[in-house]
Amino acid sequence: MDTMRDRFIATTSRLLDEDPRVAVVLADISTDGFSAARRRHPERVVNVGIREQLLIGAGAGMALAGMRPVVHTFASFLVERPFEQVKLDFGHQDVGGVLVSANASYDWPAGGFTHMSPGDVALLDTLDGWTVHVPGHPDEAEALLRHAVADGDERVYVRLSLQSNAQAREVRGDGGFTAVRQGRGGTVVAVGPMLDNVLDAVASLDVTVLYAATVRPFDGAALRAAGYTDVVLVEPYLAGTSTAAANDALADLPHRVLGLGVGQRELRRYGDMAEHLAAHGLDAASLRERIGAFLGR
Amino acid sequence: MTTQTHEKRTPYGYEDLGRLMGLMTGAEKHGPAATSTLDALWVLYDRVLRVTPETAGDRGRDRFLLSKGHGPMAYYAVLAAKGFFGEEVLPGFGSYDSPLGHHPDRLLVPGAEIGSGSLGHGLPLAVGTALGLRAQGLRDPAVWVLLGDAELDEGSNHEALAFAGPAGLDRLHAIVVDNASATHGWPGGIASRFEAAGWSAATVDGRDHEALYAAFTAPHPGRPHVVVARVEPKK
Repeated sequence: MDTMRDRFIATTSRLLDEDPRVAVVLADISTDGFSAARRRHPERVVNVGIREQLLIGAGAGMALAGMRPVVHTFASFLVERPFEQVKLDFGHQDVGGVLVSANASYDWPAGGFTHMSPGDVALLDTLDGWTVHVPGHPDEAEALLRHAVADGDERVYVRLSLQSNAQAREVRGDGGFTAVRQGRGGTVVAVGPMLDNVLDAVASLDVTVLYAATVRPFDGAALRAAGYTDVVLVEPYLAGTSTAAANDALADLPHRVLGLGVGQRELRRYGDMAEHLAAHGLDAASLRERIGAFLGR
Repeated sequence: MTTQTHEKRTPYGYEDLGRLMGLMTGAEKHGPAATSTLDALWVLYDRVLRVTPETAGDRGRDRFLLSKGHGPMAYYAVLAAKGFFGEEVLPGFGSYDSPLGHHPDRLLVPGAEIGSGSLGHGLPLAVGTALGLRAQGLRDPAVWVLLGDAELDEGSNHEALAFAGPAGLDRLHAIVVDNASATHGWPGGIASRFEAAGWSAATVDGRDHEALYAAFTAPHPGRPHVVVARVEPKK
């Protein structure tokens, strides 16, 4: 099975062939994968080197000139390091683009904290107008990327990860949580690659499970429509990132929200993804215990 | 706001700019910085840039990006003089309902290609604009960006200039207005930073219109071009 990042490279390479408005801007990450596309479209596949402020600024400048830029590197260097460029060069200039990250929160634990970006979605929450896709499978990544690139001049963030669910779900790209399980007594929202662990965890719990491959805009209507005021969010990035959005959706009702995700405290551990999921309480056994305790079951 | 039409517009000259700037009174604190850019901006808009209020939306227009957004009074005066908006807008400078802030906003100022204020954003945006035009086969439009010598302290500029030379962005032009305000100076000169990265460079008296014009129009095949416009040191 290819990874989401492999699928991103293949899909975007085809989009370069199909749409003359598409340009790819890189900063020395994934450049090998794009080498064939770069030979075909040397002026629409640009590698600026290890220069992330320029990566964002140049991408936004291409948008000012009328292109649809797809800007890519690891999440920590795409959103966190050049955050003011994201805020001003895209947001304040009011131009669109597609930011596609790799490496997520714990994709390369042996690489340590410098290559982890659990705060990327929370940071984008401080800005206006960003759509955030968190695909849970390479097939979903392809569908969401295609939707994002074709999404007019919108500002879209696509967060790719090595963590993947066994099966792809149908995703529309225009937002909307989908119910993958109907139950009683509570709603669990699983974001992107957290779905398999969530489904394992709640196998013996009678709860509704909503799947979110697009988290911004947050589908508050689906959360309300699920009909329960006990809500658990399980996100593959900073715990609590969507808690405020869930609270807003249920503002007129007495309700409880538990936000699960990556802890803020640095683990200062290497190892592998399974060990980090367990350390953050995001493996199926930990989730079973935490969700069950919250729901009193 | 209203934008005067070409027919109704009285032609303005360089000698009108002082009066136009005088219309923008109030608490603005960047007066000296504003005037440091006045001559370079005037020569550029009067004799070099191929953009008018009528062509400001054309794909093939020349682009001017004011990166040094501090002290935009000279910029607004030149835009008004060239008819991008009427001079009646100028007295409102910095007020709640005015399109003219103490840093420009491209969504509010007719003719402004970018909003600026935070330093070090214009050159990367200009690099991207030049890349985007080239990628669309638009080889003719020139991209200009104006920076200050102190603004060059921002590392983002060095990311951009180090890339633009090797990338051969020959439609990219930078103006660095040098009023010796960088805290640690630029030992060895500003132009040398660009030249080392493969740019064509000229350093001229930033008050001498003929020297500015000659430097702005000097050929620079295959390379981006920088003009360092030296003016009296900031007091």
